Amino acid sequence: MKSFSSDAQAAIVERYPSHFRPDWWSRAKITIGLGTAVALFLFGIAQLDIPFHRLSDGLARLGGFLRLMLPPDPGSWAEALKYLNALGETVSIAFLGTLGGALLALPVALLAARNVVANRIVHFFSRRSLDTIRGVDILIWALIWVGVVGLGPFAGILAVICSDFGTFGKLFSEAIEAADKNPAEGVRSAGGNHLHSVRFGLLPQVFPILLSQVLYYFESNTRSATIIGIVGAGGIGLQLAEQIRVLEWQKVSFLILLILIAVSAIDWISGKLRFAIIGRRAVA
Amino acid sequence: MRTAVPEFPEARLRELADRYAAAVAAKRRRIWLGSAVLIAAALAAGWMGDVDLWKFAENFWRFPAYFASIAPTFSFSSAWNDLSEWLWGLPRWTLLLGDTLLIAYMGTLSGAICGFVLCFLASANLVRSRTIVFVTRRLLEFCRTVPDIVFALIFVLAFGLGPLPGVLAIAIHTTGALGKQFAEVVENIDNKPVEGVAASGGSWIQIVRFGAVPQVLSNFVSYALLRFEINVRGAAVMGFVGAGGIGQDLIEAVRKFYYSDVSAILLLIIVTVMLFDFITERVRHRLLGLEGTGA
Repeated sequence: MKSFSSDAQAAIVERYPSHFRPDWWSRAKITIGLGTAVALFLFGIAQLDIPFHRLSDGLARLGGFLRLMLPPDPGSWAEALKYLNALGETVSIAFLGTLGGALLALPVALLAARNVVANRIVHFFSRRSLDTIRGVDILIWALIWVGVVGLGPFAGILAVICSDFGTFGKLFSEAIEAADKNPAEGVRSAGGNHLHSVRFGLLPQVFPILLSQVLYYFESNTRSATIIGIVGAGGIGLQLAEQIRVLEWQKVSFLILLILIAVSAIDWISGKLRFAIIGRRAVA
Repeated sequence: MRTAVPEFPEARLRELADRYAAAVAAKRRRIWLGSAVLIAAALAAGWMGDVDLWKFAENFWRFPAYFASIAPTFSFSSAWNDLSEWLWGLPRWTLLLGDTLLIAYMGTLSGAICGFVLCFLASANLVRSRTIVFVTRRLLEFCRTVPDIVFALIFVLAFGLGPLPGVLAIAIHTTGALGKQFAEVVENIDNKPVEGVAASGGSWIQIVRFGAVPQVLSNFVSYALLRFEINVRGAAVMGFVGAGGIGQDLIEAVRKFYYSDVSAILLLIIVTVMLFDFITERVRHRLLGLEGTGA
């Protein structure tokens, strides 16, 4: 291997000047962008009154909590069983919520897809209402449903259904709009009506994609279902919030461990199923 | 154009038809089996999750009724007064919304920086040591799986009430979420620039800086913007556990049945979330579009 002599280097620089000239304009853009980002961050520190003197104290206290968390310990077998039961509730909330949300979202997504319903007004209103529903956080839905059906996991299921309805409606309608339109045209040219073309030309294409999105959200909903217990909608979050409030750190770490195991188990299963359905394709 | 339509002998035709019928039957069987499993799982989950359809039917009217009761009252003659009464807390809420956005921004930025640093350690194509990759991945998984509001609950006890625990909770969760997505991007890069820098004697930092970063930066920014969008929603409810932002006022209004305040705050949150969804989507499309034409 031979290295470049300085002459050769100079020759290269001379031959391709544009590659070696510093690009001031793009440098300025990057500097301005980074400067704004940092300035906004500093403004945030000032505006939110971030107490730095509490940071070291807090970190020390956090270290203390962490020490108290080890080893994870549910206390007794009865407690452990109670927590496992709560975990089962959480998984049920996620499962039924995802299923219900998907079933409700499918017809609305068809309405919101431009290639199924060509009416602009229907399209606009179904899109905007889905956006509104998505704008409300799952914890807020849980609060509302607790007021309707009382405390417990049922309120959690309804909350997950509501929040998933908005998400799935958007994702499904985008997937449907991205579908290849040739099969639908084929059905039309063979004499099928509009309904036939949706059923035989469109749905068979998008169904695997929709299914994989649902499976993907099942895992993410298990995570959301762990928190809605904080406002009283059942599941393991209720126990977790309670144990944090009474500073039972060993139980807290046991519960967090349970959540980690459950979520990674569901992640693994849903991943396997997803690859079985659509192969190694990214879920948009 | 003339084409000969092939005609099969009778026996061959029957064989094909049988095989087709068998394939269809097998598919039907699979669908039935799948639906049966799904229904069984749904019933089990319904039993576990205390689903009570009777209670649901009996109380469902409360759901629309709740929205009816939080809806502001407007009369035609005094619409302006009604509006200003409904939005009486607008200055305070705007400030709180600003705080919420800042919490989301600061959490996203610090989380993105941590995720940026960690993602290269979690990429098997840049790091030889399996141990480092494994440990970093598990760390990111932990940060991602524990919901941000659980971190917030714990941090409120450690740092006291206020926006600081909210920012930290969002930062940690964002580190996990973005770290994983970033690492996936890094693992899919073209390895030639990386090999080129390594072959000309670059250190690990130089390999990352000149081999990997230029390929992934626009994707990273796009993911970070998407995460910011998610974090704005997350920051809006941080106040539920005392971690700052507008959530505090919202949960107070819900708990104390200040109906018109609930609708006013909800409306403000929804409008803000939609606005930022719109803006970030625009910026993301522009970024990805630029990447498409530039590359």
